[in-house]
Amino acid sequence: MTSHAITSTEPTSVGWRSALPIAAVAVVAAYGLMSSDYVVTVLGFAFIYAIFCTGLNFFMGYTGQASFGQSAFAAIGGYGSAILCTDYGWEPLLALIATMAISGVVAAVVGYPTLRLRGHYLAMATFALGLIAYEITIEWTSLTQGYMGYAGIPPLGLGGFELATLKQQFIAIVVMALIGVGVASRLRQSRFGRALASIAGSELAARALGVDIARYKLVAFVIAALYASAAGSLFAHFVGFISPEIYGTSMVIQSFAMLYLGGIGTTWGPMLGAVIVSVLPEALRGLKEMQDIAYTAILIFILIFAPRGLAGLTVLFRRARRPALGKA
Amino acid sequence: MALLSVREATKRFGGLLANEAISFDVEEGELLAVIGPNGAGKTTLFNVISGAYPPTSGSIHFDGRDITGASPHGVAHAGLVRTYQLVQLFKNLTVAENVEIGSHRVTRGGVFSALFRPHWMQQQEKSVSVGARELLRFVGLEAQADDPADTLPYGRQRLLEVARALAARPRLLLLDEPAAGLNTQETEALAEVISRIHLGGTTVILIEHDMSLVMKIAQRIVVLDFGKKIAEGAPDEIKSHPDVIAAYLGGTEILDA
Repeated sequence: MTSHAITSTEPTSVGWRSALPIAAVAVVAAYGLMSSDYVVTVLGFAFIYAIFCTGLNFFMGYTGQASFGQSAFAAIGGYGSAILCTDYGWEPLLALIATMAISGVVAAVVGYPTLRLRGHYLAMATFALGLIAYEITIEWTSLTQGYMGYAGIPPLGLGGFELATLKQQFIAIVVMALIGVGVASRLRQSRFGRALASIAGSELAARALGVDIARYKLVAFVIAALYASAAGSLFAHFVGFISPEIYGTSMVIQSFAMLYLGGIGTTWGPMLGAVIVSVLPEALRGLKEMQDIAYTAILIFILIFAPRGLAGLTVLFRRARRPALGKA
Repeated sequence: MALLSVREATKRFGGLLANEAISFDVEEGELLAVIGPNGAGKTTLFNVISGAYPPTSGSIHFDGRDITGASPHGVAHAGLVRTYQLVQLFKNLTVAENVEIGSHRVTRGGVFSALFRPHWMQQQEKSVSVGARELLRFVGLEAQADDPADTLPYGRQRLLEVARALAARPRLLLLDEPAAGLNTQETEALAEVISRIHLGGTTVILIEHDMSLVMKIAQRIVVLDFGKKIAEGAPDEIKSHPDVIAAYLGGTEILDA
């Protein structure tokens, strides 16, 4: 009886709003499965980035803080999975979870002193974190094999069951990305999510309402690290090879483009941005030497006309509709 | 016993003595106003009480507990909730969401309850949402509940800030110049809301420049000048207090009220 009452009070529009993006993801995934392995690889990267960006969105979108060093946690995930699976014969899924735990602990330890900083200072400190991780992957050759990278990483699987083909792995990645967005959406629509949003809105006001700012920032940072780590591990299993460049600064810049283009602070924006930013260069390949120019021109165009990102446009539509209804 | 007890609170910024040995008590259910000319140390006193910075010396007791030097969120958790002179809204969120965040102090739950949504969590979410609507009705903003907070006119943003603070169910509400920048009508509306909060049983301390507002709703007034308490008493006593009149340059402001 009670559960019925709860479901009936839930506004139906919420269902609609999440049904549409899920259908869109299904269409994109189906398109990938009917195409060549090349397309599957591009889309696979896109959804791995979607996981990375959905995590980053906790810290940068919901909580309004800057992190330029999230690639460090992707590196922990990627190298951790590579080492545990190739050298120690771990199950990939267990390695993925174990490295997420390591990343979470590292994020908590590093974040505790670092997150006292604000704005540009926090950006600089986190940027340093990413650079340190990059240096470690290059210099600590006995652990990471340096520039040579790690090859022969097994595909995702559990208990002897292996996702042998690229397309099977792709499905697993898409499902994980959807779970990631689902978790993010649930966390945002809660007391916890509201506390994060209050920090983004005004730290003074959040504090005056009893929100422990340092604690919530740290939890958001740790959650972002868990997502980044999972994305790093998935990349290692999907490609089978990793090297330092993969988890370098370009990863950070790429993810920022995705976050802002898709709509920072929104539920589906990070995934939308990840897919567009990944697919666009491939779609423009026919333009040859004009490819980069066309790509950046489109990015700038979108950001000028949709400054809050593509997912932010839905808010505009909703706002535009209301006055019209008022007049009627 | 007094709900809030400020004892010899002193705050020094380098060579500047912003608060000098200020003492006063606030009883449960009271509406106290703190007034004084610009730079008298009113906001500093609020910051010391609410934990924004610790006093150089002296102590603050709230509800029988020593909260001297406690963190701002710790003070808020104890039930002492403040607003700011400059409106601090969560601008990107809707009016209703702003108030829902206010309930942080009186709700519970973290990451895991958000993820698994146990029954108590669903019930809590419902009551948070219903409570926010009620508070918006209380301050007269129910029609704007789903608007983004930054689209509200300034006077209504002030009311929203008060509603948000009320969502934390404060035992003591500190309002820092809530009428600053408001026109006469908006001030009237605000005065009426503050009176109703007080009638509802919430203890209120009000810093205010608007004398007509203070004289109308305050039960007791503490007057600061150059960081010191120069007078304390009922509005009628304060109006005729010679030191207060002197502090306000002949007291025209007070006599006009």
